[in-house]
Amino acid sequence: MSLALKEPVRPAGDAGRTGGGPTASPRGGPRLSPVLLLVPALALMVGVFAYPLAEAMWRSVSDPVLGGQNYEWFASGAANWAVLGRTLWIALLSAAICLGMAYPYAYLMVLSGPRVRAALVVIVLIPFWTSLMIRSFAWIILLQDSGIINGILGFLGLGPFELIRNTTGVLIGMVQVLLPFMVLPLYAAMSNVDLRLLQASSSLGARPFVTFTRIFMPLALPGVVSGSLLVFIQALGFYITPALLGSPSELLISQAIYLQVNGQLQWGHGSVLGVILLVATLALLAVLALLMKKAKRAAGDEGGLL
Amino acid sequence: MRHSVPTRSILWAYTGLVAFVLIAPTAVVIPLSFTDKASLNFPPSGWSLRWYGNFFSDPAWTSAFGNSVLIAVVVAVAATATGTAASVGLQRWTRRRAAKSTQALLLAPIVVPSIILAIGVYAIFLRLHLLGTLTGFVLAHTVLAVPFVVVSVTAALAGYDGRLTTAASSLGAGRWTAFRRVMLPLIMPGVVSGALFAFVTSFDEVVLSIFIKSPYLETLPVKMYASVTRDTDPTIAAAATMIMLLTTAIIAVGLLSIRRRKRVQ
Repeated sequence: MSLALKEPVRPAGDAGRTGGGPTASPRGGPRLSPVLLLVPALALMVGVFAYPLAEAMWRSVSDPVLGGQNYEWFASGAANWAVLGRTLWIALLSAAICLGMAYPYAYLMVLSGPRVRAALVVIVLIPFWTSLMIRSFAWIILLQDSGIINGILGFLGLGPFELIRNTTGVLIGMVQVLLPFMVLPLYAAMSNVDLRLLQASSSLGARPFVTFTRIFMPLALPGVVSGSLLVFIQALGFYITPALLGSPSELLISQAIYLQVNGQLQWGHGSVLGVILLVATLALLAVLALLMKKAKRAAGDEGGLL
Repeated sequence: MRHSVPTRSILWAYTGLVAFVLIAPTAVVIPLSFTDKASLNFPPSGWSLRWYGNFFSDPAWTSAFGNSVLIAVVVAVAATATGTAASVGLQRWTRRRAAKSTQALLLAPIVVPSIILAIGVYAIFLRLHLLGTLTGFVLAHTVLAVPFVVVSVTAALAGYDGRLTTAASSLGAGRWTAFRRVMLPLIMPGVVSGALFAFVTSFDEVVLSIFIKSPYLETLPVKMYASVTRDTDPTIAAAATMIMLLTTAIIAVGLLSIRRRKRVQ
């Protein structure tokens, strides 16, 4: 990763560590441990992050009474399994569609000159400019029954299609939000491919198609894997987009959590769903971290912070 | 690698389509905010400023906007201060393994789905009577913003030569002076971009905010969320356009200040 933190050159000993060696001025005061600088941030993380998460997890076994009844509720409800299956399926579809859209895009970024590449980078970053909320709202306008997309399709003699309040709407919204997270790792991996290998392949008589599928694609594979995992993981926890573009009868797991906790005050049920979502997310993140470590080691990069 | 002309044109056309999908939502909101009809049809048939008038004459919208700005400013200050201190502490901490795991904890809010954090925060704020309070919003948003500050300040610190601090102290500067006069100016681009990220994170936050709002205190995205699910009124497009303008202005100012600083150096 490019953010690898390289240790700056330091003199022997730790005089440079706190900048307050024995020769420092008295104004420096007593020497404090650098750990003290971490105290405010850590207090915040423990109080408003770790504690609430622990509370949410704890409620899955303690609400309304101590025991495993909430897990039994989850296991015995067909609707729960349907929600989990639908969430995984939508996340998988989002990752697949993002990959299909982002691969040629990133490939063109690698092929083109600096000017076109800069424009393509800006276009990928534009979605970050606009909040998730606003983008979901914009899709409602574009995709509604009387919207411009249905207007164009009608002009071509197609439709009208129902494009929102169903899985199609959710997928369109999610793919738009997640595309940058696929394009950027793909581009990073593709631009690391040594283009001389492609030249060598062509000069040895391989047709462009063969060079592309046999040389380029395997070399760009790490980007495909990390981009897909990144998109999949994020898609699992989406709330706003499915809530606005999806159907209330086809809930995803985050919507089910909201409904249980906020609508039915079933904290135990909501917490079980939360635990499942958290475990799935963390497990996949561990896989991603492992793959990145492997790739990094293969590239001969020493891992720093980040 | 050279591709044939048809391959290239297909690639270009496809990329154009993807670019369209990326841009379309952003491009649709701005014109819609100037429509003259009380409908969300696009493209609008006529133009007016009535939805902006509506926004500024409705106290529900203006107070939500004011709350959002106030909370985001406080969050930016709080997250930048704690995040920068933490990044400097992490870099100076000689026990690398401990520093690494501490950093992982500080970055964790980015990867945990916010709905899970939201129900936990909701439970605790309910108990502590923090729902619908400025304190509650600032605490919750700051937790989400700190990781972004840590990432950008840590990246800036990676390019900072620790010997400069040593030189400053050997010339008689106290620790605070050495930080303020030597280190801080050099890592300023990272600090500024961290502050911008923090502001935007708070200003855009919806999921946690939906849980911790009250009928008496809500932020702009929460009000917009309610508006999307309830009414079909272009006022929300006017609100969205103004959020976009504000975000763009803040980022532009930040980028300009970083560039000017670089040029001075």
